Amino acid sequence: MSSNQSYYVPESSIWPIVGAVGMLLTFFGLSTVLVNQSNGDPTTTAWVVFTVGALVLVYMITGWLRDVIRESRAGLYDAQMDRSFRQGMSWFIFSEVAFFAALFGSLFYIRFFAVPWLGGEGAKGTANMLWEGFQAQWPLLNNPDNSQFAGPDAVIGPWGLPLLNTLILVTSSITLTLSHKALKYDKRKPTIYWLAATVALGAIFLFFQIEEYIEAYSHLHLTLDSGIYGSIFFLMTGFHGLHVLLGGIILFVVLMRLIKGHFSAHDHFGYEAGAWYWHFVDVVWIMLFVFVYVI
Amino acid sequence: MSAVADAHAADHHDHGPAKGIGRWLFTTNHKDIGTMYLVFSFAMFLAGGAMAMIIRAELFQPGLQMVEPAFFNQMTTMHGLVMIFGAVMPAFVGLANWMIPLMVGAPDMALPRMNNWSFWLLVTGSLILMSTLFMDGGAPNFGWTAYAPLSTTYGPDSTTFFIFSVHILGISSIMGAINVIATIINMRAPGMTLMKMPMFVWTWLITAFLLIAVLPVLAGAVTMLLMDIHFGTAFFDAAGGGDPVLYQHIFWFFGHPEVYILILPAFGIISQIIPTFSRKPLFGYTSMVYATAAIAILSFLVWSHHMFTVGLPLPGELFFMYATMIIAVPTGVKIFNWITTMFRGSISFETPMLFAIGFVVLFTVGGLSGVMLAIAPADFQYHDTYFVVAHFHYVLIPGAIYGIFASVYYWLPKWSGRMYSEALGKAHFWLSFIGLNIAFFPMHFLGLAGMPRRYADYPIQFANFNQVSTIGAFLFGASQLLLVFIVYKAVKSGPKADAKPWDGAEGLEWTVPSPAPYHTFEQPPRVD
Amino acid sequence: MSVQALRAGALATAVTAPSSALAGWGVNLPEGVTSISNTIYDIHMWVFWICVAIGVGVFLAILWSVLAYRHSKGAKPAHFHENTTVELIWTVIPFLILIMMAIPATGTLVDMYDTSDAEMEIKVTGYQWRWQYEYMDEDISFFSSADTPRDAERNLIKKTEDYKYSVDNPLVLPVDTKIRFLITSNDVIHSWWVPEFGWKQDAIPGFINKNWAKIEEPGTYYGLCAELCGQGHSDMPIEVKAVPKDDYREWVAEQTGEDG
Ligand code: HEM
Ligand SMILES: [Cu+2]
Ligand SMILES: [Cu+2]
Repeated sequence: MSSNQSYYVPESSIWPIVGAVGMLLTFFGLSTVLVNQSNGDPTTTAWVVFTVGALVLVYMITGWLRDVIRESRAGLYDAQMDRSFRQGMSWFIFSEVAFFAALFGSLFYIRFFAVPWLGGEGAKGTANMLWEGFQAQWPLLNNPDNSQFAGPDAVIGPWGLPLLNTLILVTSSITLTLSHKALKYDKRKPTIYWLAATVALGAIFLFFQIEEYIEAYSHLHLTLDSGIYGSIFFLMTGFHGLHVLLGGIILFVVLMRLIKGHFSAHDHFGYEAGAWYWHFVDVVWIMLFVFVYVI
Repeated sequence: MSAVADAHAADHHDHGPAKGIGRWLFTTNHKDIGTMYLVFSFAMFLAGGAMAMIIRAELFQPGLQMVEPAFFNQMTTMHGLVMIFGAVMPAFVGLANWMIPLMVGAPDMALPRMNNWSFWLLVTGSLILMSTLFMDGGAPNFGWTAYAPLSTTYGPDSTTFFIFSVHILGISSIMGAINVIATIINMRAPGMTLMKMPMFVWTWLITAFLLIAVLPVLAGAVTMLLMDIHFGTAFFDAAGGGDPVLYQHIFWFFGHPEVYILILPAFGIISQIIPTFSRKPLFGYTSMVYATAAIAILSFLVWSHHMFTVGLPLPGELFFMYATMIIAVPTGVKIFNWITTMFRGSISFETPMLFAIGFVVLFTVGGLSGVMLAIAPADFQYHDTYFVVAHFHYVLIPGAIYGIFASVYYWLPKWSGRMYSEALGKAHFWLSFIGLNIAFFPMHFLGLAGMPRRYADYPIQFANFNQVSTIGAFLFGASQLLLVFIVYKAVKSGPKADAKPWDGAEGLEWTVPSPAPYHTFEQPPRVD
Repeated sequence: MSVQALRAGALATAVTAPSSALAGWGVNLPEGVTSISNTIYDIHMWVFWICVAIGVGVFLAILWSVLAYRHSKGAKPAHFHENTTVELIWTVIPFLILIMMAIPATGTLVDMYDTSDAEMEIKVTGYQWRWQYEYMDEDISFFSSADTPRDAERNLIKKTEDYKYSVDNPLVLPVDTKIRFLITSNDVIHSWWVPEFGWKQDAIPGFINKNWAKIEEPGTYYGLCAELCGQGHSDMPIEVKAVPKDDYREWVAEQTGEDG
């Protein structure tokens, strides 16, 4: 263990409290928007509060990152600090794993327990008494009560856009690895080009994902409120999409910093954190592709 | 590099706290942040306690005297949420902030700025949660467990605010936990190997792991509530192919590890205090570490013991019964180790030790009723009655809360440089001890005799014990005001404390002066 | 409906209510009136006494340590801090004790889940805030709501023995008959619980839970809703009149005759 001598403890910082105020405004605003919307009340003020909050958060994040980058450039961070950042990022990704694990667990429960029971199979099949004529199938096109939840006409097949998107994300992980390799050998140009390619692939992925959603909503009547299949489909792919967006933004910032020459072969934690996150998002997608689309 | 380091060292050393309110708003200092956590959690403890007093006052007699059932349900819900997310968890984070850097010889927490954000997000989340009390339709009224569809289709408007406040409190706790792990893994002084770490540090390491593993699961659960409420999804609605019980599975996958999150740091505290006042090293340090880890791992496999009556298929029921019973084994090991630590020691009874002994005695009661609850066929009778209420208050008050009280008395001299009044501390202990038992022991009887929990009104057969319980609850509640006074008096005018006020104490935290200087261990100590 | 209630009431007064758990200082589970409830009671007492024994042992050990090794009496601390043998012993012995608890628990659970060969079936549906009972083999179905006087709740009149327990239309059941209950809900989750039968079972909207009872003694048995279901949660009691088989048939005849 190295000595703590130069462990950098910033003197004080306004960003945490700014961030807390931003969160307060954002989520108070958002909650009010949602509640007012379902009650048919006006939402303008609430939207304003939400937007102000979101802007404060953006201000906070940019300011905070600027401070960190400045300190890092000034050489205030030692190897131990680097390890703290690594710990922080790893455990953050672990928490994301736990989040997606909960979603996958829900998917399995619905598929292998709840829907079969409702359809009259298994230990609790008596439930079918309440849903005459309902048959269990997956993907679920006919819901137990179609008058409340009109089922979708069809679901998204795996071998079109989803397969393409799988190839795109896998390729993006490869380009990212190539970029990382190049960075380790201090080859600036390939580092930048491969990373730019990664970000571009991420953007294409998101574009196709939006395509797919439009298709689902406008042609298949596969929607959030078309019963449990639509619910879980959009929940899982939607949260994954948000993570691609976040990962893409992180990598974009990293790209800008690369161009400014912030990273060196042996000192590039910011880069690596973004890369870890991207690979994680990629792995989640592969699981999604298998368990949501294919099986 | 060295020039920069020197320049930075120069601007960094010999700095006291900043002046004015800015010190607290912008601080990155683990001691300031720890203090804020502790003060805030105590305020929440009093707020949650006030709600408990309303509940107990209404239950003093059968009939509806003080409040309507609708408001009563808001009180039970908010009491649980405020105590768990506002009082106990933040108090432990406060203790972690203050003590972990001191105990492992680190200059601060690993990520000091994020540390402050964790705290202020706690305030943010709590503000949103508390604001629901003033909303049209009232605060959440579906119990802290928020079972669907009572919390979705049938929930009040404030449910949405509740959901986002849980998200924010969760983010706060996850960041706090990440900080704790990074500090423990990365910031230990040279020579402080893992198996030399104080038990408090160990139990917090494991707690932090649990937090990071299960809070995202809770986030998932409440997100699905939100979607069912506002976006027409059918997660918890059989009409669309969902299942209300799915919510319970996700919730308790979080919820059972959560109850260990609420107790493991207290285990650590007790493992510090008992050796100190027995003047004898902790018995079975290694098995304590392994028992804690075993409890944490098992806690992921027992969640459905909260759901024995939801109609689980028989194999599930059996599996969760056996797994739950097994948890009692490592829990027992801990209790036996504490007793053996006292055995043939040289015991004195300062206030921290009184609370620690109270902990071991009463936590045993709660652990044993836990074993009874684990027996699935019998739980068909116990479940959702006052017997369960008695169980979890016996593990949470003498467990978590006593652990926190004990550590406040134990470390107050280190924090403030002053001693509290031993006589008042003892009075606080005995009043709490008596009040607690009068309040909660009769609840075992009530539950067995047939009184369900979360009832605003009840048959007259339950009147007697309810009356006793309410008297005890008010005694317990009132004695907590004494704690405010004791701490205030000590900080204001208590006698000066030595660097090591307890002759049997060991550990790095006692090698720095009392009160601990604003910056400690800027040069790491050597541990051998 | 109130005619029905009167009749049921008249029937019930013919049989004396045994062992009613209406004692003001009740401290324990009822033994109940079904084989399952009896077994559960036995397991409960078995586990309870084991826990008491362990508790007493632990408390004596604490008391001894605390009294015998007082610093104020000049006790000198020993320095041992490990002993693999004892640590092994107190890991293994609790484990064995748990097995002694698990064996009867397993058998009982298997029995409780065996709802086959029922002689009749009752469907119980929870509503905010009352119960509906459907006799699946007869043409009988009715709602059962609390009939606690509001004035008693508000402390304007004296509360009776059955305050918060009595209902307008009790569930009438025959003794010595294996009855399967199908339990569900129409809105939120409720839980149907009659302690004298030994169990509660959650009523989950959209799903059906099963349990069973074979009542051995005639009498009036009360129960309460045991899952938070909104502001009327404490206001949807359960009243069961268990009557001899002949009386039950008579009652059914009257009901079905009356209804058409
Ligand atoms: C020997 C160890 C323990 C066992 C075997 C055990 C077992 C159980 C069981 C089976 C239940 C569900 C009862 C029911 O709802 O019918 C329960 C409830 C509960 N336990 Fe424990 N428990 C143990 C220790 C703890 C500890 C250490 C804590 C926290 C400090 C705790 C906190 C709770 C809480 C809060 C509930 C009620 C949750 C709710 O329904 O709101 N338990 N316990
Ligand atoms: Cu549990
Ligand atoms: Cu209820």
